[in-house]
Amino acid sequence: MTDTVLEVRDLRVEFPTRTGILTALDGVSLSIQRGEILGVVGESGAGKSMTGLAILGLLEPPGRIAGGEIWLSGDRIDTLSEREMENVRGGRIGAIFQDPLTSLNPLFRVGDQLVETIRLHTDLGKEQARARALELLREVGIPAPENRIDAYPHQFSGGMRQRVVIALALCAEPELIVADEPTTALDVSIQAQITALLRQLCRERGTAVMLVTHDMGVIAETADRVAVMYAGRIAEMGTVEDVVRRPRHPYTEGLMGSIPSMHGDVAELQMIPGSMPRLDAIPQGCAFNPRCAHAGTRCRTEVPRINGTGAACWLALEGATE
Amino acid sequence: MLAFLIKRTANAFFVMLAVAFLAFLIFRSFGDPVEMMVNEQATQEDRAALRERLGLNDGFLTQYVRFVTNAAQGDFGISYRNQQDVMVLISERFPATIELVLVATIISLVVGMPLGVLTAVHRNSRLANFLQLGSIVGVSLPSFVVGILLILAFSVSLGWLPAFGRGETVDVGWWSTGLLTPSGRQALILPAISLSTFQITLVMRLVRAEMLETLRTDYVKFARARGVPRARVHWVHALRNCLMPVITLTGMQIGNLIAFALVTETVFQWPGMGLLFIQAVTFVDIPVMAAYLMLVSLIFVTLNTIVDVTYAWVDPRLKDDSAKAGAANG
Repeated sequence: MTDTVLEVRDLRVEFPTRTGILTALDGVSLSIQRGEILGVVGESGAGKSMTGLAILGLLEPPGRIAGGEIWLSGDRIDTLSEREMENVRGGRIGAIFQDPLTSLNPLFRVGDQLVETIRLHTDLGKEQARARALELLREVGIPAPENRIDAYPHQFSGGMRQRVVIALALCAEPELIVADEPTTALDVSIQAQITALLRQLCRERGTAVMLVTHDMGVIAETADRVAVMYAGRIAEMGTVEDVVRRPRHPYTEGLMGSIPSMHGDVAELQMIPGSMPRLDAIPQGCAFNPRCAHAGTRCRTEVPRINGTGAACWLALEGATE
Repeated sequence: MLAFLIKRTANAFFVMLAVAFLAFLIFRSFGDPVEMMVNEQATQEDRAALRERLGLNDGFLTQYVRFVTNAAQGDFGISYRNQQDVMVLISERFPATIELVLVATIISLVVGMPLGVLTAVHRNSRLANFLQLGSIVGVSLPSFVVGILLILAFSVSLGWLPAFGRGETVDVGWWSTGLLTPSGRQALILPAISLSTFQITLVMRLVRAEMLETLRTDYVKFARARGVPRARVHWVHALRNCLMPVITLTGMQIGNLIAFALVTETVFQWPGMGLLFIQAVTFVDIPVMAAYLMLVSLIFVTLNTIVDVTYAWVDPRLKDDSAKAGAANG
């Protein structure tokens, strides 16, 4: 038995439309170990949230998984029925969404939403579930939870609401948490608190986390490894240290160049020319080739693939084999 | 909140005064009450005496004030037609109309809300499209046509349900109810359905529109991500968020239903206030007409005021001030 919690193999997500089939995810492979935080980074539309939704089985029709496999601790979950997936969601996989202000149902007390989730996934009775809810609220750092458990979501601040959302994700001690932009909607000072909390909770429990964000700063602080996505494919995968300091994909390099540095040795922020292609106009070969300064003939005809760690770039791949 | 309450109540009061003025004008303008009340043999002296007794020689304003004062005490005078106290006549008919309206309201909610949820959840399905189409028919079909069709089908052809009347009634205090006897309940079915048709489609379309909005919200997606079964997400989490406008609509519509009941009551010969009013119109029985006008307006105005006030109160987000929410900044 290995410690691999999540394994996604060659995932392909398609959206049939009137004008043809759009490929939103193309051959995405990644894995997360127990207690590990994998950052997934990329621009809007790169497919990072889509990957999270596909893992949760929450793709909006007509979107569908057209190929590949998703394994959770040795069980294949992409082929499960809707019924079985309901037990996996919230039970074995917890989710945290972007906007805590809108993630909670405004008309239900926070405690009721927690108790509901706990009772859906455990055998606890009403009283026990409530006790567990209190304990969870305390763990995520809500002061005086016994006074707050019967409050409505609007009576919490944004940061406190995201703590409640994290408590909801933890209800059934999941093996994996999919956190989609968990700090984007928060103030910077609260962002740091929330990422620290997330990190601490995973370390303590050994929960694997897939942290989806467009913020390289959050990734650098929180994640162990990082996957850089571009146009529905993984462009580069590696430890945070490697990817941040020694990016091997020209896109990652551009991404890093566009982050303002505190040390001031870069006078001007670098910008990647052009913009990410739309799903219906992904170029042949490497999706990045029209914007890449180093693109060669092979880049324009053949799609570079990575297996595990590395960069999906012909320059890097050929360099490694030579 | 208190200022709002006082303002609303004052508004309601002035509306009622205006309605009373209209009712009073009907009194003054349609024929001579003395002519309607006395018989052929009455002498000129008898008439003059009656005129004096009724206070019809007083000034316009004095008469209006007297009308309003009496009306406020529930005194609308004597019906020209059956020489009975108008308020007694109306209070006999009042329970019949209210029972009809309440049952119609319940039917419209019990049928309309699930249909709204279904058409929103399964939008684009054949069933949903069919229901949408049906709702257009429901909105545009006048209720007397629906009533006549129902009578034709269930009373004339199938003979299952009575076509008119209220069946046996039982008195509970001054309230005579048809809900406690089998024949009373049977008699209620067709008129209630006929009266609720329009309401059903209204509720259904409202719930559908609200649901479509709610289903797109993050908390619905998040509830799914927590593993809440789809049905529970739809019927509990989403539907509850659609109820505010439904409550408002239902509250407002009860007044409408009481007014609309007039048509249904005529079709089904339902002994309610509406039927009483129609009969009063035929016989130019002005005190009854005036009383009906005042009563229906009173119900309308009261309901609107209540809805206005509760609106600021039902939603927990509107209940407390924002100062409390700021207390837990993290």
